Amino acid sequence: MKRNAVAFGTGALFAAGLAISGMTKPSKVVGFLDISGAWDASLAFVMLGAIVVHFIAYRVVMRRPAPLFDFKFHVPTRKDIDLRLMLGAALFGVGWALGGFCPGPGLVALGGGSLNAVVFVVGMTIGMLVEQVAARALARRKAH
Amino acid sequence: MNDFTPISALVGGALIGLAASLLLLTHGKVAGISGLYGGMLRRGTSDRAFRFWFLGGLVVTGGLVKLMFPAAFATTWSATLPVVLAAGLIVGFGTQLGNGCTSGHGVCGISRLSVRSLVATATFMLTGFATVFIVRHLLEGSR
Repeated sequence: MKRNAVAFGTGALFAAGLAISGMTKPSKVVGFLDISGAWDASLAFVMLGAIVVHFIAYRVVMRRPAPLFDFKFHVPTRKDIDLRLMLGAALFGVGWALGGFCPGPGLVALGGGSLNAVVFVVGMTIGMLVEQVAARALARRKAH
Repeated sequence: MNDFTPISALVGGALIGLAASLLLLTHGKVAGISGLYGGMLRRGTSDRAFRFWFLGGLVVTGGLVKLMFPAAFATTWSATLPVVLAAGLIVGFGTQLGNGCTSGHGVCGISRLSVRSLVATATFMLTGFATVFIVRHLLEGSR
């Protein structure tokens, strides 16, 4: 109960940050990606603000032996650069630029009742399921 | 198309960083939205409840923001619905394949100085720049 309430509140804070920063407007996102047009550098400042805070807080939090509600931290440790990472990131950038939404702002704008965001999230859900099914099928073929 | 808004961008960004830090402190998880959402869809995920509530916080807050500060969604540009659908499909597939998006790689991963996240972020920024350049300046003509 408490864990879910904290998760909800954390999500709400994340969404407030996205809304205040202007990232819930596709025009701000595409304005940033449009370097050869009327470039709007705001998104770089959103990332800067988020990274400065999290860079410091991450180091403070990780001194603890465990998080408050779990026995251990679940932080990725992989260091290899593989084709999946590169291809996935490259595709993500294309989709992000086409729609002006990444997953977080897409979900916030969905809650705001934007039809574009509804369609985006439907597409995103299908895209994720397709990848998951394909990855499972590929793993099965490799196993045999 | 938009005014440069560095102060609200920094403040909003700091709140995003704070939320990511609180999620790490309480649940020990990375605040990567595509990872949290994809994991909720995935078969055999054990921590579905926490994902549901975190993502629910995003969606519900979107509704509250719409009621109190509708200007937060006042975009001066929108893609057409077929393009938005295609964008969603590509974002969904790409973020699952590449294990992350702007939040997981761009914010959380870079804060950890993860090499994978630095490479992923540079990659999606580059393809994002290239896509807008091609769509806006080559296909639609320069404005």
